[in-house]
Amino acid sequence: MFNFGIWTSEFNKFLMGFMPEWLAATVECVIIALLVLLTYTVLALFYILYERKLCAWFQCRLGPMRVGKWGVLQVFADMFKILIKELISLKDTDRFLFKLAPYIVITSSVVMLACLPWGRGLQIIDYNIGIFFILAVSSVGVLGILLAGWSSNNKYTLIGAMRSGAQMISYEISLGLAMITIIVLSGTMNINELVWQQESAWFIFRGHIPAIIAFLIYIVAATAETNRGPFDLPEAEHELTAGYHTEYSGIHFGFFYLAEYLNLFIVSGIATLMFLGGWMPLHIPGWDAFNNVMDYIPSVVWFVLKSFFISYVIIWFKWTFPRVRIDQMLSFEWKYLMPLALANLILMAVFVALGWHF
Amino acid sequence: MSDIQEKISQICPSASFSEGDTLMVTVDEKDWHSFAKALKETSGLEFDVLSAVVGMDWKDSLGVVYYLTSTVNAWDVISVKVAVEDRENPMIHSVSDIWKVANFQEREVYDFYGIKFINHPDMRRFFLRNDWKGHPLRKDYDMNPELNPIPLEDEQNEDETVSYVEDADGKVKVVPGKVFGEDEYIVNIGPQHPSTHGVMRFRASVDGEIVKKVDVVSGYIHRGIEKLSEGLTYPQILHFTDRMDYMSAHQNRHCLCMCIEKAMGLQIPRRAEVIRVMMDELMRISSHLLSFGCTAMDLGATTAFFYGFREREMILDIFEKTCGARMSMNYNVIGGVIADLHPDFQKDVKAFLDIMPERLKEYHNVFSNNLIAKNRLKKVGYLSKEDAISYAITGPSGRGSNWSCDCRKKHPYSIYSELEFNEVLLDGCDSYSRYMVRMKEIEESCKILAQLIDNIPEGEIRAQVPKVVKLPVGSWYQQVEASRGTFGVYIESTGEKNPYRVHFQSPCFNLVGVMDLTCSGYMIADLITIGAALDFVIPDIDR
Amino acid sequence: MDVKIKSMKHEDFKDNEYIDKLVEELNATGANVVVGQFDKLINWGIANSLWPLCFGTSCCAIEFMSLGAARYDMARFGFEVARNSPRQADYIMVQGTIVHRMAPALIRLYEQLAEPKYVIACGGCAVSGGPFKNSYCVVTGVDKIIPVDVYIPGCPPRPEAFFYGLMQLQRKIKVQKFFGGVNRKEKREEFFRQHPEERGQID
Repeated sequence: MFNFGIWTSEFNKFLMGFMPEWLAATVECVIIALLVLLTYTVLALFYILYERKLCAWFQCRLGPMRVGKWGVLQVFADMFKILIKELISLKDTDRFLFKLAPYIVITSSVVMLACLPWGRGLQIIDYNIGIFFILAVSSVGVLGILLAGWSSNNKYTLIGAMRSGAQMISYEISLGLAMITIIVLSGTMNINELVWQQESAWFIFRGHIPAIIAFLIYIVAATAETNRGPFDLPEAEHELTAGYHTEYSGIHFGFFYLAEYLNLFIVSGIATLMFLGGWMPLHIPGWDAFNNVMDYIPSVVWFVLKSFFISYVIIWFKWTFPRVRIDQMLSFEWKYLMPLALANLILMAVFVALGWHF
Repeated sequence: MSDIQEKISQICPSASFSEGDTLMVTVDEKDWHSFAKALKETSGLEFDVLSAVVGMDWKDSLGVVYYLTSTVNAWDVISVKVAVEDRENPMIHSVSDIWKVANFQEREVYDFYGIKFINHPDMRRFFLRNDWKGHPLRKDYDMNPELNPIPLEDEQNEDETVSYVEDADGKVKVVPGKVFGEDEYIVNIGPQHPSTHGVMRFRASVDGEIVKKVDVVSGYIHRGIEKLSEGLTYPQILHFTDRMDYMSAHQNRHCLCMCIEKAMGLQIPRRAEVIRVMMDELMRISSHLLSFGCTAMDLGATTAFFYGFREREMILDIFEKTCGARMSMNYNVIGGVIADLHPDFQKDVKAFLDIMPERLKEYHNVFSNNLIAKNRLKKVGYLSKEDAISYAITGPSGRGSNWSCDCRKKHPYSIYSELEFNEVLLDGCDSYSRYMVRMKEIEESCKILAQLIDNIPEGEIRAQVPKVVKLPVGSWYQQVEASRGTFGVYIESTGEKNPYRVHFQSPCFNLVGVMDLTCSGYMIADLITIGAALDFVIPDIDR
Repeated sequence: MDVKIKSMKHEDFKDNEYIDKLVEELNATGANVVVGQFDKLINWGIANSLWPLCFGTSCCAIEFMSLGAARYDMARFGFEVARNSPRQADYIMVQGTIVHRMAPALIRLYEQLAEPKYVIACGGCAVSGGPFKNSYCVVTGVDKIIPVDVYIPGCPPRPEAFFYGLMQLQRKIKVQKFFGGVNRKEKREEFFRQHPEERGQID
């Protein structure tokens, strides 16, 4: 398994060779920031195409075909257009908050993206409370959505934002509980350590029954967290026209649009990290030859492919299920999902205490 | 009919009778309200459905023709004529307390003729803007476009309403009212909204997410078809029917043709009858497929929509080969149909009938049996059988409330009396029942098609029709079962080549009347699904 | 400078004079090389990413749904992202009759669209009032109240006709200039200032 950490530490040494430490750190920060933003854009564009293509195939269609071979340039055309679209400023709105909202949403998702472990040695900061940090940052996004809905001075956006607030705050509990279940198993919140613990087998195998339950709870809660179908009530096209971002145009709308897709990647990335071994290749204890072959595949590829797979499942949900209603959604969370997650946490604690895991 | 006449003269000695298409009773305006009440309540009469309300301008007087149906007594139909001579301030008593469907119908008459209805709770215009000058269907209406130029400013929300209340000693007072209270939170849905199935506008007063009251604002696609028809000849008005409820184009046109043929006393060839019925049923399937798709899409299950459209394209192909168009087919003409069947017709219909049962199963797998879909549709939008009758909700929506109201069974027209099919009835009274009735009706329509496809008789496709179609003096009313309910056509002729008055009684008009009743107490999201399950087509309401 | 639309040849378009005139005009004025390239890139972006605003009033809307469905699949051209909020859409496709009550709402929607914005009048009713031309409350053609870029006749037009109309719009977009220039899209007020006689018809 190639360690990308060699490159980064070499580069660090190279910089340190001719500039003071503070300058080197600054240069590294700038480079990393640019890289993150670049990755962010490319991924978001890829995801837009990915969803459009997948949805077309679910619906016996072809999806974008004309712009570039197989429609690969479609999303670039969309981006050029969104960039030059007029930004409409509205009367009787809270201008400052109105303009601030898309930036809050996009910042929160960029920060989350920066926390993900992309491959061996490809991680920006290695906190001892990494998972906790991700959870905390993910809650900031909802603030942006609430602000967008409130400041637009429109009844649809307000209803959409209120729905979104209720939904995200509720489902964050299940999301957190599912993650805590895994933390009980691993005993650490450090992202790097979490991945290394899965070297022998991924957590979903190591923790078997409670881990699988936690995985399912996580997927449901993550679907709700990203406002995707069947939980896409905040946008609910057919009820609220476009939900909380009804009044946004141009690149401000583009930010919401990108963040929506990127959040999909991020929740898939966290699921990969917590349950499917992060960038760790598939290792089966005892099969050394197989494990060696798996190690030849670069760790980045592992991480990205696993995330794409989970995103695929979530996209599949969206294009299959009808939308739930607000009361059904809330009662599902508070009456079923959260008690189940709590019970599962206790189950996992028992398993760990008695050593019933691998 | 004669015993009905006897009973009526007992209740109302001043009534006069004339025999035409149906028994027509003429009563004085001052007797009308008590007479209407007696018509509904006297045993042996029990006219509990108000099928049509037709405003009329007879030049010397203004009035209304009511068509009443009795569900108890073998679906007897009578018509009642009420006229007033005052052209400046015409007033007729409202019957909206007896038949609730009259609420919107009378507002339409007020809009077109300026007849004010006494004791009507909410006398606002229905189709035209509240600053519209004049009443367009009056014969003396000034068509000068300068009177009513294209408005460029938004209309003010009409929160003020008015009703004309009669007190004990017969004096009529003007009582202003409010549609919504001062501190109600009103969400405006439409006219440009993805799920109002066109340009309908609802103003919903909400408490949190719960809808308390829905005010229907219609007329965003009101094209004045009835007025236009008065200036055209009979063959020329046929094409309007295809553009009203475009999802029941064949049935609507069938109805108008039958009404004209009935007035002319024309016999049409059997081959034409069979072709017409087959086209009607294909249209019904296509309409229900679209309705399936739209219901699914309004619930957010976008993929099911595409599956519905896949099969609908097959029907459109059949139409295109025979009629020459995918929509607005213009196929039925007076005396028969315009062109013979395409040689591939039988093959294509058989291919369609072969795959349809399997595809229906697929729909149920994808959508109807989905837990979320069931939770969203079941026990939502309750409409009891009594309300369905009072609001005259026919078609799949009425049959979802267990009201047997299929015109093909009750007043068999064309060759329906010879065909074997079931009237689908479900007793859920909710959105899910309405939706399921449609899905089951697809099966029944397939059954009808299967009976006919190998038995298309040879012969003429069109009867001999005079070059200039003139109807004798009189009035006729004809009903058919369109995709969304009972569609009625009223024609009054003075013997000219133009009709004196044409009225289209569209089923969707009644459907939209129950939006307030069915949506109150449910959530905003339910308002959309209730609308989807009622499945109204807006151009049919507005005409 | 010429206009290329994939899978539709120059001679396949019935009405080239108008576009060709625009191209000529552009070539005559000339443009800075850099700006010209930018223009090309931006126009390529706009032309290939036309997001419609759902504005169906009657029959044409059903054919528009067929256009989105599997058989015709407008997603192939990237037209499928139908936005319900006018702020995010690129063009408004008027599908069906516009009557007096609807006219202010249509104007409002048009003004809510973010620039650059386009209008397609679709079907006989939107083009000229269609079969309802003589009615007392029908707007005889949406060009009476908003500027129209492309007309698609038909009652309702076939999905193929929709595609043809959309490609015409693409052609028109590809010859416009984004950075200053001769044939930038007119705003409604500018249009009426230059054509006062049009305003007279509606006021």
